Amino acid sequence: MGRKILFVTTDQQRYDSLGCNGGRVARTPVIDRLASEGVNYRRAHPQSVVCMPSRSTMITGQHVSTHGVWMNGVPLPDDAPSIADDLRRAGYRTALIGKAHFEPFLDPFLRFTENQLAISGEHQRMVEGRLHRGFEHMESASHGGMGNFHYARWLTENHPEAVAMYYRVLDMSLQVNAAGGGDTGAPQVLYNEIPREWYHTEWVAERTMSWLDSLPADADWFCWMSFPDPHHPWDPPAGERHRVNWRDLDLPAGYPTDVARREAVLDAKPRHWRLWYDGDFVSNFEAPASWVPRTLTDDQVREIEALVHIENELIDEALGRVLARVAERGWADDLDVVFTTDHGELQGDFGLLFKGPYHVDSLMRLPLIWRPAPSAGVAPTEVTAPVGLVSLASTFAHIAGVAQPDYVEAPRLPETPAEAVELGHERVLTEWDSVLFGKILRLRTICRDGWVATACLPGTVHDGTEGELYDLANDPLQQTNLWNDPAHAARRSDLLADLWDHLPRTVEPRRECDAPV
Amino acid sequence: MGTVRRHVFIAASAERVWELVGSPERLHEWFPVVASDVEGSTRWVALASGLRFEEEIVTLDHDLRRFQYRIINNPIIKSHLGTVDVIPDGPRRCVVVYSTDLDPEAMALMIGGAAGDGLERLRRTFEGDH
Repeated sequence: MGRKILFVTTDQQRYDSLGCNGGRVARTPVIDRLASEGVNYRRAHPQSVVCMPSRSTMITGQHVSTHGVWMNGVPLPDDAPSIADDLRRAGYRTALIGKAHFEPFLDPFLRFTENQLAISGEHQRMVEGRLHRGFEHMESASHGGMGNFHYARWLTENHPEAVAMYYRVLDMSLQVNAAGGGDTGAPQVLYNEIPREWYHTEWVAERTMSWLDSLPADADWFCWMSFPDPHHPWDPPAGERHRVNWRDLDLPAGYPTDVARREAVLDAKPRHWRLWYDGDFVSNFEAPASWVPRTLTDDQVREIEALVHIENELIDEALGRVLARVAERGWADDLDVVFTTDHGELQGDFGLLFKGPYHVDSLMRLPLIWRPAPSAGVAPTEVTAPVGLVSLASTFAHIAGVAQPDYVEAPRLPETPAEAVELGHERVLTEWDSVLFGKILRLRTICRDGWVATACLPGTVHDGTEGELYDLANDPLQQTNLWNDPAHAARRSDLLADLWDHLPRTVEPRRECDAPV
Repeated sequence: MGTVRRHVFIAASAERVWELVGSPERLHEWFPVVASDVEGSTRWVALASGLRFEEEIVTLDHDLRRFQYRIINNPIIKSHLGTVDVIPDGPRRCVVVYSTDLDPEAMALMIGGAAGDGLERLRRTFEGDH
């Protein structure tokens, strides 16, 4: 028997949301314990700060330029490589339970396999001669009770009265809904009357345990358990509101309370920041188009923070139940757990919410924890070298004893700081491309040596001369843009040269965007 | 308003391709829908998801080889114009262009995606699987 792999992802979770990463509100003892027993990566970045591109990187081990899923709504091709496929061919049982999102959610023509599986109630399909995405079992969920998801089907069949309890994610224009709720009228907030046991976090954990229960004791398995939270809408079960009172919370450090100071920080960044803050330039579908960030209030930030903390506690407890079930099956000593998320959330930083073309720690610095199987004898440690989600596929291959696939573009995650050097973890790259009916915005970012440099490529707003440069040690909130500081011109130049040297060539022709999400 | 455009070159004459594209009741033979029925200037299109579009045929020009239609009486769609042009590129080759202007703009992307699938299926219909 080999090592079992539980790959746990959340959606849109900040690095600082966990106790092991300095979070002081949400209680996350299960994840904190995994961190204390394993490797906690202190500088892990996604290769895109939106869902579909980032998730495509996880499964392919490739940068966005290579797999070509440059924005939500661009489907990952059916024949794209999948590490799950490699593991399956090595004898692993494979499942993905929860949010997949390699293909668009909005699919009125029902063109995409993920959606077809949910509608038909099937859990696998052969596509072009192989199991779709390499999973023998797929059960999907997303952020509510409607749509082409197994969870929505289950909720409709078993608790139809609960479907409408969730926040309505999209409005009648199929844009992200800007409607406010809760005590403060914050966008995408709702006090959801759904009982906890029907909530999608619980369902994902339950379905994961059910699949694990179906396996023989001697099976080797790879299970991707993918929680849709704490991505907006922020509508955890109202019965859990007692956990965190938003009125008790401090405002986050990244939220400048003084408006003049906040706007000065934004004005020192490339123009697309302030243009969005003022509601003058919406370049993507990742936030409500009709919501203007400058209307955000202190109390709205606090209320959203509280709801996110509640969602994160529910995730931690759900994970705890799954780990207990794994232990009951006798697999604990051979279990590797990898915990991460696809991207972060602005959550009040700079006076902003949601996500977009903003390559700062709010969106880029991710929780990433690898708790190797106790039987592997890996000592607990922390790694500060920059790593990316692009290393996950090769890490799973390593755990399973499978040769590193030739399609991956990054070495596996290091088990020690010294190994980070040996494996070549010097830099991590992140890309942004949005093309929205003629509005074009493109960013390329490198993080290395404690610095982050972002180049704004020519587009609708930028002429190719703007960018961002941050000293992570001395400016952890990235509020001082040194891009135009002559004292740092040489550093900027060196970082950009390294970025262009290591960024893969963009796949041509650009894949088409088939949906907003 | 969202505007999308997809196109495909096909190694077949414009006349042959138009014979199919210019028959609105045969939409399901090349576009990712499960049924299409025409009554006068109205076309009903059934989607695999269970949705049904009512469409007004605006233009069916066999000389220009242009087909235009609007999705009507739909609670989501505020305005729409879809245009399919079959343009000759020599005697044995043509280009088919599918354009959609639609409010809400998000829906235009989904029509565009379906058009991309449809045009590829159209190409395979005339050229085979290569």
